[in-house]
Amino acid sequence: MKETLINLFKLIAKSGIVTWIFLLLIWQIASLFNTPDFLPGPLNTWNGFLEIVQTGALWEDIAISLQRIAIGWVRGILIAVPLGLLIGQFKTIRWLLEPFINFFRFVPAIGFLTLFLMWFGVGEESKLVLITYATIFPVVINTVAGVASVDPVKYQAAESLGASRLQTFFTVTIPATVPGIFTGIRLGLSSAIISIVSAEMLAANSGLGYLIYTSRLYYRTDWIFTGIIVLGLIGFLADKVLRMLGNHMFRHYGVVNQ
Amino acid sequence: MAKQNEAKGKSRPTKVRVENLNKQYEEAKKGLLFSKNINPSAIFADDTNGYVLKDINLEIKEGDFYIFLGASGCGKSTLLNIIAGFLGATEGRVLLDGEEIKKPGPERGVVFQSADSAIFPWLTVEKNVAYGLKVQHMDKKTRKRVAADAIALVGLAGHEKKFPSELSGGMKQRVQIARSIASNPEVLIMDEPFGALDAQTRRTLQDELINIWKKTGKTILFVTHDLQEAVYLGQKICIFSAAPNAGIAYKVDVPFAYPRDMDEPEIADFTKEIHEKLDTAINAHGKEPVDKSAVSI
Repeated sequence: MKETLINLFKLIAKSGIVTWIFLLLIWQIASLFNTPDFLPGPLNTWNGFLEIVQTGALWEDIAISLQRIAIGWVRGILIAVPLGLLIGQFKTIRWLLEPFINFFRFVPAIGFLTLFLMWFGVGEESKLVLITYATIFPVVINTVAGVASVDPVKYQAAESLGASRLQTFFTVTIPATVPGIFTGIRLGLSSAIISIVSAEMLAANSGLGYLIYTSRLYYRTDWIFTGIIVLGLIGFLADKVLRMLGNHMFRHYGVVNQ
Repeated sequence: MAKQNEAKGKSRPTKVRVENLNKQYEEAKKGLLFSKNINPSAIFADDTNGYVLKDINLEIKEGDFYIFLGASGCGKSTLLNIIAGFLGATEGRVLLDGEEIKKPGPERGVVFQSADSAIFPWLTVEKNVAYGLKVQHMDKKTRKRVAADAIALVGLAGHEKKFPSELSGGMKQRVQIARSIASNPEVLIMDEPFGALDAQTRRTLQDELINIWKKTGKTILFVTHDLQEAVYLGQKICIFSAAPNAGIAYKVDVPFAYPRDMDEPEIADFTKEIHEKLDTAINAHGKEPVDKSAVSI
């Protein structure tokens, strides 16, 4: 009986619920000393949340942001994975492209926003290009690192069993790099979410970033909080789903997630 | 196959011939890094132009069970890597059936020390074993049959659909052996394959390796620093002196039938004799004191 209680307590502590309850409490207490315009409490935020849920505005913003993230992120992966594999495998390609990548990886996607707006128009395309850009770097870098960390004995084994260079690439390099690719994809997702929110704040009239940015015009600080919490939840859930998929599909490839 | 009994040694054709082989350090370093058998003394050696291996001449007959015995870092694995084709010789050459070896190939099956490094964790046991057959474009039906035979040979029947993560260390090593054997190699090259296993598993696998050798009649080159293992398994033992300029100090025939009882007085005496030869070989250079703890007895 006592042990069950201890285990239950451990489970609760591990799940992070305690932390969240504590945070909500502090937040509520702090809000009591401020006006809702300056710092709305959890209850205020909840009411504001219900309001935009009922009008449907929140769902629209979530849907459009998610759509942008998904398309840009998938595009980024489709470009970055083959690129990373080639850079990792072929020295010549690495020599040619690595300086380029090491330069642009330090330029945040948002730095290109104005240029992308100019080149790709103020519509959806410029935002998608931006997210694609933001996704490419973490995926390429982790894929290259994944290729570099393939155990050389695996190549020797494949060669001594008669595999050609090309066969080795497809049967050893790619499967052995899956964990690296997967890490890149996860980091790429967070990078995509960060970039789209900034882009929507500066150059969009829809999306969660837009919601957060324009709510201040109406003194709806509670909507700003709603937007922030929704963003956190989206990232958290998306990563959770991704990890579950990884554990399920790529378990034998050495994808380990806690 | 019963023909590997001692007396028939003379009539068998030469399988592997090593001719005046020398191997310099600078090159060996790269190879050693690749093979993961990193030898610190080789890497930090002052005379980078010196030789790891010097004047190696060997003639290995078809069906021989050949042991390379030496202290850790004496260059025996380097020689094995050259025969496997992972490393080039600085001078001299290695011939397989009279043809010079330039690169790795399926006619020389390699069993690496670490099964975790060598087998593919994303493939099932069956697919791991069939890997070589697949890249050699054998059709699916034949592939399945040959792989099943190899799996049965190493005693893994019933585990075909398992992934390596579900297997013990000994079972993984069996997968590696089956994978090499499936390609029907001329020579089986084994680099301390049982070094990482517990004593019980090691003995079982040693016995099974002898059985596999008897059944298939393969030529086996087996590297070890374990004296007992060398005497238990080998038909011929090649004792290496210490690097730099390591060479083959002794070639000894093991005149006992299998299975061998290591406690039998004759065999115990023989083991002692090999031990003395190993000590002499290691000290022969009189250059640097050699870490004797590296030689298990």
